Amino acid sequence: MNPLILSAALCLAASSAFAGKAFVSNERGNTITVIDTSTWEPIEEFSGGNRPRGITLSPDGKLLYVCASDDDAVRVFDTETYQELYTLPSGPDPELFVLDPAGSPLYIANEDDNLVTVTDTRTHKILAEVPVGVEPEGMAISPDEKWVVNTSETTNMAHFISTEDYQIKHNVLVDQRPRYAEYTADGKRLFVSAEIGGTVSVIDIAEDGTPTLTQKIGFEVPGVLPEWLQPVGVKITRDGSRIFVALGPANRVAVIDGASLEVVDYIMVGQRVWQMAFTPGEEFLVTTNGNSNDVTVIDVAREQAIRSVPVGQQPWGVAITPH
Amino acid sequence: MLTRLVPLLAAAFLTVFAGAAQALDVRAAVLRVDYPTLLPISRFDLRPEDLGFAGAVLADEDNGTTGRFLGHSYDTATVAAAPEEADAALEALLAEGIRYLVIDAQAGDLLRLTDRAAQAGALVVNTRAPETALRDDACRANLLHIAPSNAMKADAVAQFAVWKKWPRWLLVEGSNPADRALADAYRRAAHKFGAKVVEDRVFEDTGGARRTDSGHVMVQRQLPTFMQRTKEHDVVIAADATDYFAAYLPYHLWTPRPVMGSAGLRPVTIHGAHEAWGATQFQTRFEKLTRRYVMEEDYNVWLALRVLGEAVTRTTSTDPREIEAYVLSDAFELAAFKGQKVTFRDWNGQMRQPILLYDGRITVSVSPQEGFLHQVSPLDTLGLDRPESACTAFQ
Repeated sequence: MNPLILSAALCLAASSAFAGKAFVSNERGNTITVIDTSTWEPIEEFSGGNRPRGITLSPDGKLLYVCASDDDAVRVFDTETYQELYTLPSGPDPELFVLDPAGSPLYIANEDDNLVTVTDTRTHKILAEVPVGVEPEGMAISPDEKWVVNTSETTNMAHFISTEDYQIKHNVLVDQRPRYAEYTADGKRLFVSAEIGGTVSVIDIAEDGTPTLTQKIGFEVPGVLPEWLQPVGVKITRDGSRIFVALGPANRVAVIDGASLEVVDYIMVGQRVWQMAFTPGEEFLVTTNGNSNDVTVIDVAREQAIRSVPVGQQPWGVAITPH
Repeated sequence: MLTRLVPLLAAAFLTVFAGAAQALDVRAAVLRVDYPTLLPISRFDLRPEDLGFAGAVLADEDNGTTGRFLGHSYDTATVAAAPEEADAALEALLAEGIRYLVIDAQAGDLLRLTDRAAQAGALVVNTRAPETALRDDACRANLLHIAPSNAMKADAVAQFAVWKKWPRWLLVEGSNPADRALADAYRRAAHKFGAKVVEDRVFEDTGGARRTDSGHVMVQRQLPTFMQRTKEHDVVIAADATDYFAAYLPYHLWTPRPVMGSAGLRPVTIHGAHEAWGATQFQTRFEKLTRRYVMEEDYNVWLALRVLGEAVTRTTSTDPREIEAYVLSDAFELAAFKGQKVTFRDWNGQMRQPILLYDGRITVSVSPQEGFLHQVSPLDTLGLDRPESACTAFQ
């Protein structure tokens, strides 16, 4: 027991030098909770607009973008003062988005209008509206920034949108209700979770970006009804060795080996686990647990949950400052 | 489990990729038989002109958005017919080459139309008739059911009552055949889940208009006396499929008890306030299209056509036999804003789906309830399970 506590203490001490912040959007509480990632204590909770869901940070960590779904806008906050600076036009009912690694544009899924809206974060102008499938949700961008992927929940496809002309070039059918898409850091693979289908689709990406669906990963936990194994958020370590999949009402995060694509473990977390984010050095993975109103901190190397932190009502998304 | 699935999945991938370039025009029809009916007790239950058809328009839009990426287009005809015109309407649709028919009709007409459709090789989907017999010995090989059976709805209510520990039921049933059939389903459900019908009363349908200027005055005097001197009970279960008295039961009882079934807490496939599991998006799409709230008939038709869309997307076929084989297979699954996939029972063609328990304003609960277990799927705790169904048409 002692060595475990000691190593946990060391980890915490080591990361305290960074003093990062985790921002958690609370869908029902209409707030953003700020957590100090060195002490894992909540340090602030501020108003996040109506029904905050998708949440992300500018590359320099200074701006926080929040999809305020019921306000039909993206709200932008200062990550030091927590003051709202301005809103960005998002199209109606924004749910999830992905920010170009360069800081602009922002690609936003509009659930009610079957559109992906492309918004320039500097000029605050809408650059394009891309018609996609029914109920767009998951958003990902390829590491080379040439492709934006959107998943549509009722159409059950991953749409590959070229960032050059904002046209859809490829569509890949996946299982029911695809929620989230994530590229590996080398851009050679894309993982798409299907909440109702209960699978994660593995899509190989060719040099020119052409996708090929190669397999689907299923889940099985003794004592848990298969119906509750509902994959939502997906995060991949930079070296591609581990893929973490949040399993919603199964209250577990699946750990998948990046080489064999086999599920190697399930980590118990809070209730209805939704989205996740790594700390910058990938020491920790933070999960939002919508039904237990907390986040779980997972020690990535040990693949164990080390603590839970209470946040606002119905936490949905999480973003962690880059340094 | 997973290894067993692999060949199926591989086959599914192949068909999807093979089909990506193949253009298909998918044609279907909704045939709604309009019966002469009395006005409902409540104006909220008036039947809109586009009832059911609105679900078809939305389904064509949803399927068409997906189809655009695959070269598939969807066109669904909608036909309303009086009972005596229903056969001719079916003939006209079959003559046009339509082989996927969504039918909103009473059981007798449904079976006759289904048998005629079978001669033409057409597949029929039932979005209305709740008679359990249609999923039992009267089943048909070319008939699928979106509409839940009386047994499914009664089981949904029964599970909630048992979960609440309300095992003593006072069953109040109407005197029409449809009311009696529904009451039978509740008696069966009580037996299945360990509840007890402590007493059974029939509220006679004496006919006449449903609404009068002072209807509630009469009811306020009649119902409490009708409900006097009952055995001890925890809950009143109303079986009023023909909608003539149950709506008055809550607040007009002698002994104050919750009412479930045809009034109070009702088992439904959808209602206009259902928001869980992404349903809000379905509601807003529907309301934008129709400027009204969704009704069960609309959702059932939408779901029937989404089944078709999903099958065409995955099989790249419009052949009714291939469509039916696919939807009855293990590979078929569909998201329907119910929190888990909906599938079909391959022994009687009934769609498995959760049932919402609705109080007129909100979703109070969803059945199956926690703790009702089943070796295949908790959804099979609702309605006729494989060993209970006398259906042999699918073997």
